[in-house]
Amino acid sequence: MKKKRISTISLAGCFGCHMSLLDIDERILELVKLVEFDRSPVNDLKRFKARCDIGFIEGGCCNEENVHTLRKFRRNCDVLVAVGQCAVMGGLPVMRNAIMHSDDPLRECLETAYLNSPYVYNPTNDIPNDPALPLILDKVYTCAEVVKMDYQIPGCPPSGDILWQAIVALLNGRPSDLPSEVIKFD
Amino acid sequence: MKSDQDLLITRSCSKYGNDPGRVIDILWEIQKSLGCVSYEAMEKIAATINTSRVQIEGIVSFYSFFSETPKGKIIIRLCDDIVDRHAGVEQIAVVFSEELGIGIGQTSPDREFSLEYTPCIGMSDQAPAALVNDVVVTSLTPDSARETARRLKANPDTSKLVAAKGDGNNGHRLINTMVKNNIRLKGEVILADGIQAEAGLKKALSKTPLEVIQEVVESGLRGRGGAGFSTGEKWRLAQKALASKRFVICNADEGEPGTFKDRVLLTERADLIFEGMAIAAYAIGSDSGILYLRAEYAYLRPFLEAVLEERRKSGLLGSAICGKKDFSFDIRIQLGAGAYICGEESALISSCEGLRGEPKNRPPFPVEKGYLSKPTAVNNVETFCCAARIMDRGSSWFAGIGTKASHGTKLLSVSGDCAKPGVYEVPYGVEVAALLEMAGAEDTAIVQVGGASGDMIGRRSFNRKICFSDLATGGAITLFNSSRNVLAIVDYYLEFFAHESCGYCTPCRVGTVFLRERIQKVMHGFADKADLEYLQELGKTIMITSRCGLGSSAPKCVLHSIAQFPLVYSSHLKESLDGLQPGFNIQKALEESRRIAKRKSMIYDPVFGNEGE
Repeated sequence: MKKKRISTISLAGCFGCHMSLLDIDERILELVKLVEFDRSPVNDLKRFKARCDIGFIEGGCCNEENVHTLRKFRRNCDVLVAVGQCAVMGGLPVMRNAIMHSDDPLRECLETAYLNSPYVYNPTNDIPNDPALPLILDKVYTCAEVVKMDYQIPGCPPSGDILWQAIVALLNGRPSDLPSEVIKFD
Repeated sequence: MKSDQDLLITRSCSKYGNDPGRVIDILWEIQKSLGCVSYEAMEKIAATINTSRVQIEGIVSFYSFFSETPKGKIIIRLCDDIVDRHAGVEQIAVVFSEELGIGIGQTSPDREFSLEYTPCIGMSDQAPAALVNDVVVTSLTPDSARETARRLKANPDTSKLVAAKGDGNNGHRLINTMVKNNIRLKGEVILADGIQAEAGLKKALSKTPLEVIQEVVESGLRGRGGAGFSTGEKWRLAQKALASKRFVICNADEGEPGTFKDRVLLTERADLIFEGMAIAAYAIGSDSGILYLRAEYAYLRPFLEAVLEERRKSGLLGSAICGKKDFSFDIRIQLGAGAYICGEESALISSCEGLRGEPKNRPPFPVEKGYLSKPTAVNNVETFCCAARIMDRGSSWFAGIGTKASHGTKLLSVSGDCAKPGVYEVPYGVEVAALLEMAGAEDTAIVQVGGASGDMIGRRSFNRKICFSDLATGGAITLFNSSRNVLAIVDYYLEFFAHESCGYCTPCRVGTVFLRERIQKVMHGFADKADLEYLQELGKTIMITSRCGLGSSAPKCVLHSIAQFPLVYSSHLKESLDGLQPGFNIQKALEESRRIAKRKSMIYDPVFGNEGE
């Protein structure tokens, strides 16, 4: 069987899902027999080398660069998988969407984060605004709000076992056989 | 000033025996005299009736007719039902805004006027309508609205707004309203002329309670509120439950958008309702009843109180009713405070108990543990009327009307796009098409049977019948012609449910909002097939997992409209070819950020070249 080309990326996430991928332990040897990594933090490739079969997305979209990257992934991958709570539902970053009853929610969010919180140490009283910083979006968007997503793997993070099972199922084109207790979060 | 307020509160509380169970009545008094229930007032009430301020605040914030912040002396509530919208309530709102100088949801600085929207006030047959405090103004036009506003500015006496009185008892000095009955068709059970007063009650009292229940069971009478539970069975269960006290409650919280038949019954058949309640009380062994009257119908209260008083004088209420020594029964009126959910029987019971109108867990059902944890028979206004008539004319007479499985007649509140909106009493089994003809409806495209929580049908289903086995309904029939937008109607109903959800359970509180978001996505042309699948799946999940009937019926408008009007939906769908979501607008998402950061985007602003992908 021809090796599948996969790529991965972390958007507005904490890299926890990528760390979790390492928890597949020695199975990573089996994984590299099945797939070839294209663009991914795992191999530090920053650009696509070729069209990919599967793209794994960690994190949602909180700034313009996330959107830009996600759209690139959509265009370059046949199948796109949202991995973890942030990609699926927005996760922790989406909490800022709760600032909705303000006249100027984004400013209120930035001021709370950088100026007004009791534990902020910010002697210059500046909100970071370097031209190299991507512009932040008005609110956090889930991946599915920005592009069409094909699958989602819930969890914060999904465990190595879950990731392994999901990847194997996806590569073999059969439904993943995850017990409900590992994908049910209430 | 301060002590005046304290005095008022103390007096109101003691009027209701400092009973926390009557807190809604207490709050009504405070709201009426002070224009709001302030936090200080809540504190004082809580201390007086020995409960917590948070408890009071929970109640005040729950009911839309109570407010924490001061409202104007005159509150104008425009009915925001879909029928009123189609009849032009938005123009009316503009006129009131101009004349009074305040927007919707605002109170004038001199605290004379407040202007707001409110869900259906039960006047869909004479839309657009509004409540000016307790006074109903109907069939508004921009001109009459302007006239109304000017008259109120000149003279704040709201009773002066009633120029031409409505027909029948609407002209009674204690009702004194311009509301019209609009009775279009009288059936033989309830609206028939020449019903012999109290014949049912007298016949019932000549039987044993069990015989009365048996008679009602045999008649096949089923609840008229919509759920259709056997009335006789309900009474039997309440009668069987072991308890020292039992209650009869009449559900006159007619909140389903588009229904108004109870309004007509309360106006024209008050005695028949109370007669039916007395029969139920006799059957189940109860000595006290409650008529739960929705706040929108407060204008009927003085009249209903007078009817009750008259019945007490004539020995039809109170002790030894009709000379029957061991049967005493009395009724009090509980005024609601603006909450659709209180039409659900367990929420209604919560409200009678002076709580937030939240549904209770079932089982135990109200017939076992209802009001004050005592067995309680809660029935619809119309059901009590039927019961009284069954006692008079006998179960076989009643069973002979209608269809095999649905006995008797049904009062339908017909409104919307038709020539003759109003109340029709039809035998069960009538076809929708026949109804449309009676109502003089032309070019009808959509019929909403049963209000927001009912069934939505299109032309190919107009041969369906009004009965329990086909289209079961509480009575609202809302008609829409082919110029109306199905999606806008669905969006309206979802807005209504999202607003009226009591918020207790997540599927209903959150699910209704998610459904509406997705319907709007469809309306804006940003949806694809997967969104329809999502709507259906989410709709079914909400229906299965919600705690009460509100959640389990809220998604019906979505599911039915997808099934009945697939072409409307498919014409709005857009398959995205590049896999991007058309509903996501990056330029809009960056607007605020550009303004705050005072710089342009390195990726998405044309100055730096187009999106470099």
